[in-house]
Amino acid sequence: MKKYKADVVVIGAGAGGLAAAIEVKKAKLDVLIIERDKELGGITLQCIHNGFGLKEFEEELTGPEYAQRFINQVVDLKIPYLLDSMVIEITRDKKVYAVNNKEGLIEVEAKAIILAMGCREKTRGAINIPGFRPAGIYTAGQAQRFVNIEGYLPGNSYVILGSGDIGMIMARRLTWEGCKVKAVVEIQPYVSGLLRNQVQCLEDYDIPLITNYTVTKIHGRERVQGVTISKVDRNFDRIIGSDKFFECDTLLLSVGLIPENELTIQAGAELSKNGGPIVDENLETTIEGVFACGNVLQVHDLVDLVTSEAKRTGKKAVEYINSRYGKELKKKEIIRCVPGENVNYVKPDVINKQNISQEIIFTFRVKYPDRRILIQFKDENNNVIYKKKKVYVIPSEMIELNLNLDTTNIQPNCKSITIEVIPRLEVLIEED
Amino acid sequence: MDYDVIIIGGGVIGCCIARTLSKFDLNIALLEKEADIASGTTKANSGVVHAGYASPREYIKRDMCIVGNKLYTQAVEELNFPFQRIGSFVVALEDNQINKLEEQRKQGTQDGVPGLEVILDKARIKHMEPNLTEEVVGVLHAPSAGIVSPYEMTYALAENAAMNGVKFFRNQRVRKIKHKNYTYSIKTKEKEFKANNVINAAGVYGAKISKMVGLDYFNIMPRKGEYMLFDRNAMHLNKVLFPTPTKISKGILVCPTVSGNTFVGPNAQNINDKKDISTTAAGLKEILEGGIKLVPKLPLRAAIRNFAGLRAVPDTYDFIIDNTDVYGFINVVGILSPGLTSCYAIAERVVDFLELLGVNTKVKEDYNPKRPKPEKFKDFSKKELDDKIKEDPAWGRIICRCETIPEKEILNAIHSPVGANTVDGIKFRCRPGMGRCQGGFCRPRLIEILSRELNIPYEEVVKMGEDTNFLVGKTKEIVLHKLKGDNVE
Amino acid sequence: MSESSASVVKVIRCIVCPTGCQIQAISKGSNIEFEGYTCQRGLEYAQQEYFEPKRILTTTIRVENGFLPLIPVRTDKPILKEKLNEALNEIAKTQVKAPIEMGQILIENILGLGSNVIASRNLTKK
Repeated sequence: MKKYKADVVVIGAGAGGLAAAIEVKKAKLDVLIIERDKELGGITLQCIHNGFGLKEFEEELTGPEYAQRFINQVVDLKIPYLLDSMVIEITRDKKVYAVNNKEGLIEVEAKAIILAMGCREKTRGAINIPGFRPAGIYTAGQAQRFVNIEGYLPGNSYVILGSGDIGMIMARRLTWEGCKVKAVVEIQPYVSGLLRNQVQCLEDYDIPLITNYTVTKIHGRERVQGVTISKVDRNFDRIIGSDKFFECDTLLLSVGLIPENELTIQAGAELSKNGGPIVDENLETTIEGVFACGNVLQVHDLVDLVTSEAKRTGKKAVEYINSRYGKELKKKEIIRCVPGENVNYVKPDVINKQNISQEIIFTFRVKYPDRRILIQFKDENNNVIYKKKKVYVIPSEMIELNLNLDTTNIQPNCKSITIEVIPRLEVLIEED
Repeated sequence: MDYDVIIIGGGVIGCCIARTLSKFDLNIALLEKEADIASGTTKANSGVVHAGYASPREYIKRDMCIVGNKLYTQAVEELNFPFQRIGSFVVALEDNQINKLEEQRKQGTQDGVPGLEVILDKARIKHMEPNLTEEVVGVLHAPSAGIVSPYEMTYALAENAAMNGVKFFRNQRVRKIKHKNYTYSIKTKEKEFKANNVINAAGVYGAKISKMVGLDYFNIMPRKGEYMLFDRNAMHLNKVLFPTPTKISKGILVCPTVSGNTFVGPNAQNINDKKDISTTAAGLKEILEGGIKLVPKLPLRAAIRNFAGLRAVPDTYDFIIDNTDVYGFINVVGILSPGLTSCYAIAERVVDFLELLGVNTKVKEDYNPKRPKPEKFKDFSKKELDDKIKEDPAWGRIICRCETIPEKEILNAIHSPVGANTVDGIKFRCRPGMGRCQGGFCRPRLIEILSRELNIPYEEVVKMGEDTNFLVGKTKEIVLHKLKGDNVE
Repeated sequence: MSESSASVVKVIRCIVCPTGCQIQAISKGSNIEFEGYTCQRGLEYAQQEYFEPKRILTTTIRVENGFLPLIPVRTDKPILKEKLNEALNEIAKTQVKAPIEMGQILIENILGLGSNVIASRNLTKK
């Protein structure tokens, strides 16, 4: 068995893992990255479209260019990494076990672990589409991998379910490779991804965006031959008589992402409702010395925010090693952060009371779109301790809020903060 | 060559008969119409090994089930397939159903079903199966019932049969059977097979095959059953849960699988199209509603897959196992539930018939009933894993993250006797693609491995047989093709 | 002053900021005027979109003997939208050799449009 020792071990070499590892190395600690794929870079390597880096580098880059910036730093800083290596276990005492076909079983002993495993795509089975189970059904990310990395085309004619950015980007990509994309079908009444993608990926190519519809049957026994789509009501139930048939040989699913936390659960960390681990303001999970960043913690839409989150995580892991590692655990007083009205989830899930005078970065998503709203922080007695106006909110854009709680009206014995997004009172009056 | 016996149909029944016959000194062949064995009913059923109290006493399937159930113990030891004798509950939700349970208990015990008991103590019931509904008033507990992976067992049967000399021919749909001078000539698209005896185990197509030799005394009606499968982590059941049965079927079960998942299903819909294995919105709704009656907290959000299978229902509603009037032609058809449980008993009945037909049933000296347990990454200790990888690096390249499956297990699945030649074949033999991500991570890698091992281009790798190709061409090919077309004009 | 000679010839949805103003291109006599924008960047975007729509092309080029069979590429400047198909055809016909460095020009001045097709990543030999 090959044994490694490091101050920090980072699991995953996507945008999150790379940025976190770089922060740790810059602070002169030992870090080891473990990556299951055959090269560093993660999912950004297959995102060959542009739109990355506007915040981080003030340039507009493609996914691979963005990844290359960090890969170059990893190489320059001589950060050791293992490729083609799958982490198979994280034990409750923080030992990491991985395998690859060169070194066999690998045991890594580290003072801190940074989880950066990213997320997986929701599948057909997860959304229960009835019909046959032929060849020709892919998730958008799978298709993207085949077209951009493996070098193969999944099909000739497509229907795409889900108008998230991945689905729309693939609509254009496939059109550019000579395929026919017949429609992008979206169950919600509104497009899920960015307006820019709707214009440049769908409208530019006359690909219809059909909202309020979903795929209700897949046809074709051996290979997909078509799909039936149906209109849905407010409860997402099929409206009888609204069926439309599209002939196609491929169905692409872009219906949601799920943080990949199998190892996290195994390690004994608690998960929160959003599918990611429960973390505090240091992005530390419920296991001391185990941190999380990127899509494994919460699904991001901008890779730039993954990077900034990962940098913070890296710094916090360093802080932990330098000041808290090996010391007796003090009983922590915490404040819970609870999602309120129109808020799907909030990170961090808890805040350590002793840190409320530091700037904390809150991230959350709304459940449904709204305009001219108020973000409000309330304590458990319904007192508003902070509020902020915002012009519009949509579920597909994660909201980031930097706040130093000391500057709010927070009471010293506050036990929980609820974050809610509500229409502004003056707006309601106006609309009367 | 002239075979002594040809078996038509590579489902669990055909393969079980093949393996049972492989102990004799005979030339045996099995013909399967699909690209792989276990492609039909075998691959899409509940996987329950029934205790045997459920079928009416006048049916032969009742006794075959009770006997077949017992034979699983030895079979598992010899063939090493996943099987767990976890026991089952028939759940009564109303007091007036208890009498029915008591009747089944009494008659079942008389007929040899071991350990049957009616439990009315709710606390005890809930202790044995905490996920069961609060509305339960009593259960019939059958400790001899179990769960099996029907396709993994079929692969084990086929491997052992092949190890002992049975020849398997896949992609051979039987088109014509001629019977002349006590010899059968069986024609498929490109081949002809000759045999002295034929065993018809063709499942849903049983009547079609039987009619080819002029035997038209029964009908097979496909009956569709839909299923929904849930993530392993979301719920764990201890017992197979049946509702109190109706006249038509055992009802919609909620059932654990040998890999720790939970499923709900099947419903029962008579159809005409023998190829219709589609699930339907109405069907999925029906099984969910049925399941929730037994297990109110079914983890709906953790559904990972839905699928459907067809049962071959004979118009007699009982097994048709006949040494027919056409000399040497044995029908083994209409093997509906409890067919999976009865398979070993059914095979013994076929042996009896072959003896009557004068076939030599002397056990060969080099017969080996043992098929070794497939090596699995998950079964090794850390030290063993390390050694394994050093011995063969293919153990160290993980292909399926969700189920932790290394390349070596996949290579074994491809290269074992009657091995996988499709992506689904790999999936059903060693599980990549059956986990949470349903092939999201592993599919490109499986295609790469199949392409390399079978020496075929990526575009020819198929999901489950002809015309189920995954990829239509290389990136740029469609554009370049269009350009060529423009140039020619 | 006469409204009857004015008509909306195109509606452009601005993508510069999330507000997404709907900007109308209106033909007044022989001129095109724009209405509905709320900032200068929006007006500039609409003008460009109307008179000379351009796009950055991001795609892949086939690689001989590379670690991967394709390398992701992009145009270093936006090119005319109406030329995209032609550009894609040129790119489909092209094959390059590894090793390649990020930023390396793989097709110079594609279709004479003043934009190069450059590599989006490093790619080593097989």
